[in-house]
Amino acid sequence: MSGAIVSAQGLVKEFAAGNQVLRAVDGVTFDIAAGETLGLVGESGSGKSTTGRLLVGLVPVTSGAVRLFGETVTGPGGAARLARVRHRMQFVFQDPQGSLNPRMRVRDAIAEPLDIKGGVSRAERGERVAELLDRVGLPQASADRYPHEFSGGQRQRIGIARALALRPEFIVCDEPVSALDVSMQAQIVNLLLDLQERFGLGYLFIAHDLAVVRSMSRNIAVMYAGTIVEMASREALYAAPQHPYTQALLDVVPRPDPDRIRRPALAGEVPSMMNRPAGCPFAARCPRVQSLCRSETPLLRGIAPQHQAACHFV
Amino acid sequence: MAEADGETLAPRRRLQIVRRLARHRSFRIGFTIVVILTLAAVLAPLLSGIDPTAGRARLRFRPPQEAYWFGTDNFGRDVFTRCLYGARLSLTIGLGVALLSGVIGAAAGIVSAQFRRIDAVMMRLMDGLMAFPAIILAIGLAAAMGPNVGSLIVALSVAYIPRTARIVRASALVVRELEFVDAARVSGAGNWRIIWRHLLPNCMGPLLVQLTFVFAYAILAEAALSFLGIGPPPPAPSWGNIIAEGRDQAIDSWWIMFFPGLAISLATLGMNLLGDGLRDVLDPRLKVET
Repeated sequence: MSGAIVSAQGLVKEFAAGNQVLRAVDGVTFDIAAGETLGLVGESGSGKSTTGRLLVGLVPVTSGAVRLFGETVTGPGGAARLARVRHRMQFVFQDPQGSLNPRMRVRDAIAEPLDIKGGVSRAERGERVAELLDRVGLPQASADRYPHEFSGGQRQRIGIARALALRPEFIVCDEPVSALDVSMQAQIVNLLLDLQERFGLGYLFIAHDLAVVRSMSRNIAVMYAGTIVEMASREALYAAPQHPYTQALLDVVPRPDPDRIRRPALAGEVPSMMNRPAGCPFAARCPRVQSLCRSETPLLRGIAPQHQAACHFV
Repeated sequence: MAEADGETLAPRRRLQIVRRLARHRSFRIGFTIVVILTLAAVLAPLLSGIDPTAGRARLRFRPPQEAYWFGTDNFGRDVFTRCLYGARLSLTIGLGVALLSGVIGAAAGIVSAQFRRIDAVMMRLMDGLMAFPAIILAIGLAAAMGPNVGSLIVALSVAYIPRTARIVRASALVVRELEFVDAARVSGAGNWRIIWRHLLPNCMGPLLVQLTFVFAYAILAEAALSFLGIGPPPPAPSWGNIIAEGRDQAIDSWWIMFFPGLAISLATLGMNLLGDGLRDVLDPRLKVET
């Protein structure tokens, strides 16, 4: 895709765990165009959060490349190029409790990205904070208060206001609503959609909740054990999921349809990320497993326009 | 505008802490003791018209009586007056050690936590210092630097830096894993901003508590060093050197040692109670009912 503002190419992240190597992200590739959302779904431990952190440089990549706004920010000299484009992207965290410094007033938390970038006068700073509070639907009096005085949903709004401070073009949302109750989730999702429309924001929207991802994303990637197993437009993915893992995930979403045929729920667990055997990572739990799956790793390949899956038998 | 607002809209959390401290019994007791001793030190010339260092041969070894509440010593100096002026020196030493070891210990701890490459070296250095009992280390340093108040403060500070550094490092290691530090990083914050704006403010609780204990230890250590003859040099009184000078008359004129000893116990007790109270209130994990 030529219009991509964010692009991940073969991202790999390995962590040392004792004297073993844990491969949390194993060859992840995707593009996100300006103003679009890629939803990233997967179970906990599937590497989706790590992928988000790799993208913004919070975690250094083991191999692979990240391109942001045309700059390759990984590899030699990447840090300097990352510093140049950093202000064009932001991150919204999962835990609205932990992502705000308890000793910082809301005003200072929101303005911190401005303070770091510098060149903002006192008056401008105040105006900008007021404008951002307004934008995320918080009262002006919030500025002088501390994070603990707010509810989870309000704190997430503060986190979003902060993320908007530098007028970014791209935001990684790492499970921004999974710590909130359902009514609050809808409000935050709507706020994010509204902001996207108004400012043409691109999102990487990470979640484990398929319903939330569906309402947010234009394209969706399904991750399993550090790899993307299926990636398609929202419509294609929900209408005709191809990978057996995606099918199993969609099956457990409750639907008001008494006549549908239920496939049996998935048994077993995500395989260990250490010393993974050859073959498809999903082989151990796959209802359609064949001997080929245990010897050869399937690659992500196009099976229809805008639809890719990593399975030998689709 | 921001400044004005900041002053009028008081930070509620701080107010809440003050309110909880005021309700905490041992904090109240400790605070009262410390305030009284501080006032005694500051107002010494008003509370007693006698010169603390002038000897009067006619008045030697007077037991406690109406004119001399704490009696007089072997030079005929008023022990009450000397205890008042001694508070100045002893409390100054306590405060000086708490501040100096606090600043250096906090800096060492935070730097260790944030710059992981320095950590191993820094902590081995602290282990090395900690291998000596604090008092022995202080004796050595004070003896090497000569007998004056400044070198005493430095010597005791060096002895208490490692513990403070370890406590600050431990809390900074917890804080730096919290998401707001990542949030600052994504926004491009450098190490120094993270240290000043994020780590340090969130490590203040344990640091403050530790420093109240250091304050108390320093007063005790001053007495021990004076007793060994390497405390603040006479004739200027400190609680420690009043006791040291009264040592030879301990049996016949017990009051010379007793009253400054009482002052030391009181000061140490007061600081400890104050520190306990701070710890209970600042650490939300300990929900102590008082």
